[in-house]
Amino acid sequence: MLKKTILRVVSKFLIPFVLIFGLYVQWHGDFGPGGGFQAGVIFAAAFILYGLIFGTALLRRVLPSKVTRSFLVIGVLLYSGVGVFGIIFGGEFLDYSVLARDPLKGQHLGILLIELGVGITVAASMITIFCAFAGRSPNRLDEF
Amino acid sequence: MVVTALMLSRIRDLFAAAILCGIYSLLGATAYVVMDAVDVAFTEAAVGAGLSTVLMLGTLALTTDKEIITPREKRLPAILIVLFTGGVLFYGTSDMPHYGDPVAPVHNYVAPRYILKSDNEIGIPNVVTSVLASYRGYDTLGEVFVILTAAVGVISIIGRREGKAKTNKINRMSG
Repeated sequence: MLKKTILRVVSKFLIPFVLIFGLYVQWHGDFGPGGGFQAGVIFAAAFILYGLIFGTALLRRVLPSKVTRSFLVIGVLLYSGVGVFGIIFGGEFLDYSVLARDPLKGQHLGILLIELGVGITVAASMITIFCAFAGRSPNRLDEF
Repeated sequence: MVVTALMLSRIRDLFAAAILCGIYSLLGATAYVVMDAVDVAFTEAAVGAGLSTVLMLGTLALTTDKEIITPREKRLPAILIVLFTGGVLFYGTSDMPHYGDPVAPVHNYVAPRYILKSDNEIGIPNVVTSVLASYRGYDTLGEVFVILTAAVGVISIIGRREGKAKTNKINRMSG
């Protein structure tokens, strides 16, 4: 863990805002720039910042590797699950129009859900990759 | 961007090179904003300038931050290959339509249909999202699988020993 007080205080102050911004990008992707991919990266960046400042051991206590690994798959399953639901409700694979009575609402719901799936998988994989790299030598990463 | 790229090729300190890569990506992101591609710029700024820099620094922490100097006799073939590839790429760009050319093939295939009908068919204001998530949902699913595969690959190559660096070190010292 770094001893730098300023870095620790500032990062603790920043992380909630980064998380909120990630969520905003996630849910606002249909109206403005952004979407699941960017949101996942921003969301992961908050955790990676935490890992950089406080060390990967503490990050792993917040998010054990079991959790990130399961979220890795949950995102993909959510995305493909929405696609399969399209088939069950009488459409084609990834056809969101049949998800609700109103095709437009179905499209909206489908896009929201698959963007959520993208976001979950991207965030989980970024955190996993970071931990895989940084977790191997916690002592040397502290030099930076 | 050109200055950053030249600096990148000259610099020997890999720590500085990683930071320069991040700066290059950030400049690229501003170039995308200038070309009105905010979604792409967003991704470039978040991934290129943010995450990949962190990952490169993480790699440096695992390996070393000094570049091995290439022996002189290997330099000439390298320069020739770079010049040849660059020349071919430049030759290729001469065939590409001008930026914003209305008769370019990319603007006359499915793009008009997406732009005109997205509001009625999908009903969300951001056409980029509707193309990515709905019209091209299958491709995006593939991308998500690529990311999953990348993470699984990293886990299976170096992730399993995560958190056991200490025992690792001891093993290496004794071995």
